[in-house]
Amino acid sequence: MKREEKITRRLSKDMNNPWGMDRRDFMRRIGGGLIIAFSAGDLALLSGCSTKPEEEKEYGVNAYLRIGEDGRVTLYTGKIEMGQGPITSLPMMLADELDVSLDSIDIIMGDTDLCPWDEGTAGSTSTRVFGQIMRAAAAEARARLLEMAAEKLSVPAAQLSVSDGIVTDRSDETRQVSYAELTQGKEILETVKEKPALKKASEFRVMGKPMLHTDGALKVTGTAKYSGDVKLPGMVYARILRPPSRGAIRLSADTSGAEAIEGVEIVKKGQLLAVLHESQDVADLAITKIKAKYKEENFAVDDKSIFEFLVQKGSEMEETDSGGSLTEGEKQAEKTFDSEFRDPYIAHAPMENHTATAVFEGDKLKIWASCQNPFPMKTDVSEALGIPEENVQLMQIFTGGAFGGKLYNPQIIEAARLAKLSGKPVQLIYKREEEFMYDYLRPAAVIKLRSGITAEGKISFWDYNLYFGGGRGSRHFYDIENHRTREFNASRTQVISKPRGEIVHPFDTGAWRAPSNNTNTFARESQMEIMAAAAGKDALEFRLEHLKNFPEMAEVLKAGAEKFGWTPARGPSGRGYGIACGIDVGTRVAVFVEVKVDGETGHVQVKRAVASQNMGMVVNPQGAIIQVEGCIIMGLGYALSEEVRFEGRKMLTRNFDTYGFTRFSWTPHIDVVLIDAQEDPPHGGGEPAIICMGGAVANAVFDATGARLYQLPLTPERVLEAIKSSKS
Amino acid sequence: MTETIQFELNGNPVQVSTNPDNLLLWVLRNELGLTGTKFGCGEGYCGSCTVLLDDEPVRSCMIPVKDVAGSRITTIEGLALNGSLHPIQKAFMENDALQCGYCTPGMIMNACGLLLKNPDPSRQEIILAMEDNLCRCGTYGRIIEAIQMAAEEMKGGVKG
Repeated sequence: MKREEKITRRLSKDMNNPWGMDRRDFMRRIGGGLIIAFSAGDLALLSGCSTKPEEEKEYGVNAYLRIGEDGRVTLYTGKIEMGQGPITSLPMMLADELDVSLDSIDIIMGDTDLCPWDEGTAGSTSTRVFGQIMRAAAAEARARLLEMAAEKLSVPAAQLSVSDGIVTDRSDETRQVSYAELTQGKEILETVKEKPALKKASEFRVMGKPMLHTDGALKVTGTAKYSGDVKLPGMVYARILRPPSRGAIRLSADTSGAEAIEGVEIVKKGQLLAVLHESQDVADLAITKIKAKYKEENFAVDDKSIFEFLVQKGSEMEETDSGGSLTEGEKQAEKTFDSEFRDPYIAHAPMENHTATAVFEGDKLKIWASCQNPFPMKTDVSEALGIPEENVQLMQIFTGGAFGGKLYNPQIIEAARLAKLSGKPVQLIYKREEEFMYDYLRPAAVIKLRSGITAEGKISFWDYNLYFGGGRGSRHFYDIENHRTREFNASRTQVISKPRGEIVHPFDTGAWRAPSNNTNTFARESQMEIMAAAAGKDALEFRLEHLKNFPEMAEVLKAGAEKFGWTPARGPSGRGYGIACGIDVGTRVAVFVEVKVDGETGHVQVKRAVASQNMGMVVNPQGAIIQVEGCIIMGLGYALSEEVRFEGRKMLTRNFDTYGFTRFSWTPHIDVVLIDAQEDPPHGGGEPAIICMGGAVANAVFDATGARLYQLPLTPERVLEAIKSSKS
Repeated sequence: MTETIQFELNGNPVQVSTNPDNLLLWVLRNELGLTGTKFGCGEGYCGSCTVLLDDEPVRSCMIPVKDVAGSRITTIEGLALNGSLHPIQKAFMENDALQCGYCTPGMIMNACGLLLKNPDPSRQEIILAMEDNLCRCGTYGRIIEAIQMAAEEMKGGVKG
């Protein structure tokens, strides 16, 4: 199985418990593999520490930290910073657990020579998985330091307290020793052997208090370095010749026009054909001078016909959830509802394109890359180039947005190959059109959903059939006795353009922020309000009546409704209110929106949004709120306008003039409610709220106009069409 | 066809020997080492590469360097005054008006151009002026607030 496929499959599954075991088992499990290093030098730090994936396959992350002789604490993590905030929140966690000040902590992220192996920054794992492991390491470190201090001061460890890295004898406060003094001249490598006692929320000094992002100063001054900001002596800029469509094979190429340009170097190996030049402008010009002939694949599907095509191809069925009897439920139903929901391919479109800078220093290949998963990419590079893994180093600086799209990094392999073939340092920054064409798009999907309600307005059955979207978020959580959830080629064909040699998705597809859950939540929550309206019930009431067995979700909904100022009404009320709720990476979330629909143009403006979520323990409330705001703002894009255009395997969407996502003028007023659950384990924060945006906005459009839309995005044309047909 | 082109960059005269058709973006980044100005879309749609040309925000990915001969260019690296951050930079930090930070230099330069022309913009005027600068992380609301805060701060008269 391709590694990309493994990652996407994993992320597209139910991720509320990624360890597949309970918390106690998890803590026992991490005990054996966790490494803490107290060391004066890097060699001692690295010896014995795992840098191999096979040793960490159970949980995919590892942590170690070092307390130096100067008392500074360095946290090494394979996680990366792409705007979601771990550069701020991880040190906050460490400061509390180790009892040191925040400014004594350094963090080194994503350097494969220095950091412990890590599967990748995805699935909201930085806090809820890595963070917990790191806290365990820090707690163990603190305990070990206390033992050392007890020996040095000749008092029992229980008599000691720590603050800002200074250990004090409580019986004689003049007797102190610092972490720096304790680690002086020591080389100790320790692993966590038993479950360390993590601090309780009541003991937190740093966690739970809002804190500004610590990388702000670098980013507002332009000094934050991204992988395209690396400049090496003798470096050349690359442009790769791209075919007119995916899967096209180049039959011939005339490079004479490019070669005529002074200083241009042509690199050709197999289908890889690139120009290199010391000027980006010249490389950009030279690539246009190459004339090539191709054999293109015949694939007679476009962005409109894809949905029927997917349903036809959905042959492999897996029932992932069921209960009661659908036949019995049908009998009880007074009204039934058959819906077909459609969701198109959308792009990640980070502002920073896929970028890599690669150089060979002797046998050693060094790569700076914008990616979410430097360690797996190191393996891929080693395999692609046929060089030993230990000769490959990936270095992560800042990543300019990713959203799942930088789990897939063809640019890294390409830059590495070009560096090898040319013998020069190479920088490859994708053009925007390459960014769309080679993106691992969110897969298009169809959901056929049939459900029914009794005369009293109770849901009597639910039959959910998902084609190609991915299963995450597909299982409903409402009180419905008779139900079934089926996936047709859903999680099985996420990134495979050609299962068994046959093209299904015309482009690569992969994990897009809260993979699959946006699609599934749109369908589920739309259907809920379709039924609520038919039952003559308020949309909030109708949900609450079906959440008697899920009080946590009811609590989140009620808290959001209060902030929003929800008053019960039967839909469509004309107010333009909509709700959606769901679960993602453990977090229970609800979003309430108010929209204004222009009946003449079909334009939808979201005026305000309230998000309410229970994400368990919150490390940095400021960062958590910002992530929710980001989810709402980014989510408006897929709700209202994002949709890639294609004909066969030819990508028609090439730049932001034809790929619309949220702009300043779309931005609603946003309120965020975080349910206080500080004693609970932390759940995801960067993804959950975005899952609600399609459903909440579609429901609000219905509430405003009486028009129900079954296909995202809710473009003005579709809204007008739906209004027209709702009136006829 | 190398030419020497002179202009003022962040308050200092510079001269570059380069192909005059090379884009200002790449000259700034690759020849002058000022990498704060970012490449985003290459066609002027996203604003990541925004710099000031004689105080006017422009897309450096669309301008051949020959067109700026004799002009004043200001980039994100030239905003801080005497080692202290420009009020807009401070306001972006204080409002946490950034996530991945990639669009941030372009946002700040565009905001700077706005405030030079209109020191006291309404919320709607800010939105209009910023509309074609794109952020994928979703920080627009905070950027609007940061620009309002900076405008307030600059009423005392800070040079842009």
